[in-house]
Amino acid sequence: MNVLTNLINEFGRPELLRIVALTLRVTGAALFIATIVGVPLGALLGLVRFRGQRAIMLVLYTGMGLPPVVVGLFVYLLLSRSGPMGSLGWLFTPAAMVTAQTIIAFPLVSGLTMSAVAGVDQDVRLQVVALGASRWQSLWVVIQEARVGLTAAIVVAFGGIISEVGAVMLVGGNVEGQTRVLTTAIVLYTRQGDFAMAMALGIVLIGIAIAANILLLQLQGRLRDR
Amino acid sequence: MATGDVLYRLEAVQHRYGARVVLDIDRLNVMEGETLALIGPSGAGKSTLLRLLQFLERPSAGRVVFAGQRVDAAPPLDVRRRVTSVFQKPLVLNRSVRENVAFGLHLRGVRPRPGQIEQLLDAVGISPLARAPARMLSGGEIQRMAICRALAFEPDVLLLDEPTANLDPQNVRLVETLVRERRARGVTIVLAVHQVFQARRLADRTALLLDGRLVEIAPTSQLLDAPQDPRTRAFLTGGMIY
Repeated sequence: MNVLTNLINEFGRPELLRIVALTLRVTGAALFIATIVGVPLGALLGLVRFRGQRAIMLVLYTGMGLPPVVVGLFVYLLLSRSGPMGSLGWLFTPAAMVTAQTIIAFPLVSGLTMSAVAGVDQDVRLQVVALGASRWQSLWVVIQEARVGLTAAIVVAFGGIISEVGAVMLVGGNVEGQTRVLTTAIVLYTRQGDFAMAMALGIVLIGIAIAANILLLQLQGRLRDR
Repeated sequence: MATGDVLYRLEAVQHRYGARVVLDIDRLNVMEGETLALIGPSGAGKSTLLRLLQFLERPSAGRVVFAGQRVDAAPPLDVRRRVTSVFQKPLVLNRSVRENVAFGLHLRGVRPRPGQIEQLLDAVGISPLARAPARMLSGGEIQRMAICRALAFEPDVLLLDEPTANLDPQNVRLVETLVRERRARGVTIVLAVHQVFQARRLADRTALLLDGRLVEIAPTSQLLDAPQDPRTRAFLTGGMIY
């Protein structure tokens, strides 16, 4: 009972709100960038055939399984003072975290979009053309037909980056009030023995994941019924 | 009604899938406003010919001329939009029946006239399903919806691949009435049919295709009642083994 009271009290701490807000901001920005670049690229890869396509697919599929901590290391070296992008001064800022999460989300969004678009029957495009679609209209229809898979791609990427800890820890540094997000805060509070706060943060993280999935299911249901 | 002008002219057209020749037509004219039926066994090349006429496939060799314009490369959009097809397995978009039928108009940036879609659906007996998701329809209903969709934007040329394959006699009659109405308005119609009776009911001329080749083409009654080629006779009497 005491544990439960402690846990409930933790939800009232102002830093929890700050951590949640930063988490959603970083993950939201990374997901937005990965989506606006990844969806068109994935759609293109799913629709057209060209030289070197298999190599790009191999890179994307490998990227889908890339350990976040390795991405974090790569971004760290890139943004460190002596690195090629060190002059940006992004290391240990939310910008570095967004960069790392974008790199993690991008192959998930584009790879899964590619599969969804390639899974649309080739006949769909031919029939849409026969109904008078221009080239772009026919591509758009194919993408719309793949929209259920496309939504799943975005939510899978969201789940992948909001729950990762290695990359944001490395490039963000878990600085209080500046780069502390849910996952890195859970690690910290657990190490400090503040299990109530760690649990509260864990519950919030799971809550966000559940909310995202409810949104996906509702969206997919609506898209199917249209 | 046929005007006597040639709409499609195919000259020495050959179409191959890899090494396999699926269509080899020395010469074929489709006249403006006529209804031409294509008969022949499965795999004779009827669907491939329809795809060529729809500009979905380019011939491997030869010339296709449409309305005086060579179109064996992809023709411009305004030319393509004069022609439409109803496929054997029609496309069902993940939308309502009404939206499916209005889709061709939507692609052209045109809003349906008030009551236009309902009138078309009514003509084939599926107006109560207008708001239903199209994926819920039966095979026959999908076929009828697809015909409505093709007619909604009033094409100059209508290509129909087995348009009544999934329909019961009552709905066959409804669809044939729609086709005849378009013919009366001067729409050029090319339809692949399995049943020669349908060719007799709908077509001005009928062509027999065998192994991708045009065996005989003639006014329908002549081809069906007094075929000149022994292969046509064998096909019509069911004596052909393929």
